[in-house]
Amino acid sequence: MTAAVTDWRPVPAPGIVLRHDRARDTDLLLLPERVVVLKGGAGRVLGLCDGTRSVPDIVDALAARFPGAPVATDVPPFLERLRKEGWLR
Amino acid sequence: MTAAPARPWALLAELTHACPLHCGYCSNPLELTRRSRELTTEQWTEAMRQAGELGVVHTHLSGGEPLLRPDLERIVTAAEAAGIYTQLVTSGVGLDRARLSALAAAGLRSVQLSVQHADPRASDRIAGRRSFADKERAATLVRAAGLPLGLNVVLHRENLDAVDAVIELGVSWGVDRIELANAQFYGWGLLNRSALLPTHDQLARARDAVERWRERLAPDGPELVWVVPDYFDGVAKPCMGGWGAVSLTVTPDGTVLPCPAAAALPGLDPPNIRDRPLAWIWDHSPAFGRYRGTDWMAEPCRACSRRDEDFGGCRCQAFALTGDAARTDPACRLSPDHGLIRALADEGTDGRPAIRPRAPRRPERAGQLP
Repeated sequence: MTAAVTDWRPVPAPGIVLRHDRARDTDLLLLPERVVVLKGGAGRVLGLCDGTRSVPDIVDALAARFPGAPVATDVPPFLERLRKEGWLR
Repeated sequence: MTAAPARPWALLAELTHACPLHCGYCSNPLELTRRSRELTTEQWTEAMRQAGELGVVHTHLSGGEPLLRPDLERIVTAAEAAGIYTQLVTSGVGLDRARLSALAAAGLRSVQLSVQHADPRASDRIAGRRSFADKERAATLVRAAGLPLGLNVVLHRENLDAVDAVIELGVSWGVDRIELANAQFYGWGLLNRSALLPTHDQLARARDAVERWRERLAPDGPELVWVVPDYFDGVAKPCMGGWGAVSLTVTPDGTVLPCPAAAALPGLDPPNIRDRPLAWIWDHSPAFGRYRGTDWMAEPCRACSRRDEDFGGCRCQAFALTGDAARTDPACRLSPDHGLIRALADEGTDGRPAIRPRAPRRPERAGQLP
């Protein structure tokens, strides 16, 4: 089953924090023992993962903001990957 | 002119050297800082603010036992306000429900709990005090609060044979991560090196056990981290990710170091946050520049293909074993001094001394370090 067809409403797992790093002008995911540097639009995608939006909601919101970007194909597998890592629930 | 060094990511905040435990492997210095010399709440608040400005995004609140600072909640608040993720590194002694709630409310994000052995009596013996029950209670409270929990176990001759039981303990406590940290030899750990060093057989068995557990636990069980025993592997550890490259340490009295053991290096003249801004210390202090990058290296590191991976190993270990902090870490099999490490690692366990507990006072015979 893929993320797109469930009613999953992604949210960072406990102790995992999305933060903008002013010193390096980049988005970060902060974990108990590591720091993940988010490339490209990953931070914007994760910023929508607040536990209220379903994956289709997130895709729609991004598609409205970035017309023509391949969000419908790229975003669900990205979120699924982060869920497998244990960073999203 | 050289470009400004990359920004540091992490801060090890050693809030106090005071500790209810007396573990003989402790990496705190033999000369422990008195409580009266510790930074104040305001000074730690300012240190966190400056660290955040400098680019630090992650801090380990450590010690000693950081719970002994009654202002720990305020220090967590200061870190959080500075955009810094906080992890408490604790023995668990003194962590009750009210304290944990207050810390979580202040913004504490995760907890790393030490345990000395899976057997309560053995754990208490190694810790030098009854503490296992406190740890068990602390683990339950942290899980109930929904915070990520890591177990940290320093491995040595007296507990390596129990590594299976240690992992089972972590699983039963519901931890997210088990750090199996083979003892490193700094401070009290260096003083106790002969008593702590395991045998090759012990290590091989423990390593196999960890591999078996990795297969068994993946992917949903706790993450198992094996911190390599560099005395035995013939490979230098990439100490601190490089000198003044990734991380900095602030000690209880405000001394700022590239690594927690660096206070032992003679002539380093480490800066203090009471005297200088953290940005100056990171960018311009001679102490942080001393072994930064690769220009300081001598052979065999200078021409080595691994020099950007292991950074020549550990400066403090090079000093402790050879008397010269600029030499290749003797843990590396390419080091001309590697024989020193081999001799120590190959020693039998016959006639080894007992572990000497960490105590508030410097041990009288510390001058007779091997």
